[in-house]
Amino acid sequence: MNRLGVIAVVVGAIFAVTVPLFLKPYGIYLSSTWTVLTIAAMGLNLTLGYAGQVSLAQGAFVGIGAYTTALLMQAGVPYPLAFIAAGLLCFSIGWVLGYPALRVQHHYLAFVTLAFTTLVFLVLRNEEWLTGGTYGLSGISRPVLFGWSTNSSLRFYYFSLGILAVLAAGTWWMLRSPWGRAFIALRENPIRALSLGLDTRRYTLMAFAIGSSIGGLSGAVFAPLVQYIEPLSFALNLSLNLLLMVIVGGSGYFFGPFVGALVAVLLPEWLRFIQGYYLVFYAVLVMAMMAFCPTGILGLVDRIVKAVNMRRDPPQPALRPERTSP
Amino acid sequence: MASFIQLLVSGLATGAIYALIAVGFTLLWQTSQTINFAQGEFVMLPAFFILEAMYLGAPFWLAILIGIALSVLLLGLVFKLIIVDPMLKHGVLPLVISTIALSLFIKEMTKNLYSSNAQPFPALAPPIDLHFFGAVISTQSLVVLAVAIGAVVALHLLLHKTRLGRSMQATAQNPTLARILGIPVRRMVLYTFLLNAVLCAIASILISPIYLAKFINGETLGVAAFLAAIIGGFNQVRGAIFGGFVLGILDNLSAAYLSSSYRGAFPLLILIAVIMWRPQGLLGRVEERTV
Repeated sequence: MNRLGVIAVVVGAIFAVTVPLFLKPYGIYLSSTWTVLTIAAMGLNLTLGYAGQVSLAQGAFVGIGAYTTALLMQAGVPYPLAFIAAGLLCFSIGWVLGYPALRVQHHYLAFVTLAFTTLVFLVLRNEEWLTGGTYGLSGISRPVLFGWSTNSSLRFYYFSLGILAVLAAGTWWMLRSPWGRAFIALRENPIRALSLGLDTRRYTLMAFAIGSSIGGLSGAVFAPLVQYIEPLSFALNLSLNLLLMVIVGGSGYFFGPFVGALVAVLLPEWLRFIQGYYLVFYAVLVMAMMAFCPTGILGLVDRIVKAVNMRRDPPQPALRPERTSP
Repeated sequence: MASFIQLLVSGLATGAIYALIAVGFTLLWQTSQTINFAQGEFVMLPAFFILEAMYLGAPFWLAILIGIALSVLLLGLVFKLIIVDPMLKHGVLPLVISTIALSLFIKEMTKNLYSSNAQPFPALAPPIDLHFFGAVISTQSLVVLAVAIGAVVALHLLLHKTRLGRSMQATAQNPTLARILGIPVRRMVLYTFLLNAVLCAIASILISPIYLAKFINGETLGVAAFLAAIIGGFNQVRGAIFGGFVLGILDNLSAAYLSSSYRGAFPLLILIAVIMWRPQGLLGRVEERTV
């Protein structure tokens, strides 16, 4: 990462830590929502941005994580264990789900995960003995960590921000390990990656399963944040929104999900005046973005920065390949 | 037995509608690598065009014609020119995202302009119950079946017996070779988009009296179309037709005999089974991949 990028990240981090201190409770709640959505979108970015597969099940994984955490906590399991269980469960489900879908090409995973999201919704709604059906689960308590209660909204925000930071650091590290390099190789040229001896299917599956487990972890933060969960929150809409967040922010850019989630949280607040037409506006925005700048907001920033750099110090003529056409 | 026949007929009727939607879906995929995630919304929307035309005073038959014409214009021509064409150069993924956004757009627009309540939609035939060997079959499902099969037969004749249809098929199978043979490939691709819009409008007219016109209808219909296409075979028109019927019948039978609250789950299990054992679909050909 270049110097400009480091400065942007540091400034962003300072904002994330200080801004909620000056916000009303609703603003703090929105900030916490941002962290939850960012975690979920970060997981999806692994699947979409790095392994190049469309998943429409990220919302369902958030739901599975949230229900797992809530149910285990109600059974008396301490929060950290429930948190880990949510991640592990989503990892295994992701593995089992991705296995058949990734056997075939043509974005089959998109539709398999679309059907999976419907299936998860049906299970959450129908299995009343476990999930409470349409009434959902209420009274989910906020975790107490080492005697430090996260009951106040500001404390919970710092708790979720901390989890976001840890998961982001973990993902960053993973993407720089040989695994992450393999993920990027998959996206750039799957056939070449295969011919270089990478087991592409296993790595794609791995990216999808890890992305899903991060989705589950975001659900584990979501449940104590809202303290009441119901099936409808995890229907197809959430998966679609998460997908659009990754795209709008810039898929394949590490910080894309951070920007995309911020847009998704702030835009409905700024666009209060158009009421029901908010999603219409959002959809048009995404379509326009796909037509003119499919790499998202960070892709656009990247392009502008490169253009400015080019103008400031153009590449030396000696390094430039000889021109063959006028 | 009587109830089995009853379920079979209504399953065939639903299946015929799924088949229409799935055929359009595979045609778009074959000619232009467009995976249309808004296909379900393309079926939901024409019903509202027709309701709007009737609201403005048009009789039902005229409203149907207006609905089909508007579908061809908006869901065929405008969709092709504004959404698909600028996106093709970016590859499959941005187009997928764009059609997902389009489905959101259509859904939310319909919800805002109409309401989230279901609107009653006139049936093509008065609902009279006919009795065959103890089974009760409504004229509605017979009419649905007749119209859908008529449409499928007409489509088959168009694709296999006319010069235009054969050009469209050639375009779908090998665009480069088709161009060398002097087929106007771009126009043929456009025709498949228009054809898809017509098929969606017909499906809309058939399904809306049963499900009522509702903005949310597209979600299940879109998934059904895709499932039908995968089960039958993504690269074959007859595969999509076959898949549609299989899906419709299984859907009805499983809802009656196994569990109605998990109605949506059985097609998914079939889908996974097909992908595991026959990923090219039951009637599909294996596609080779070029480097």
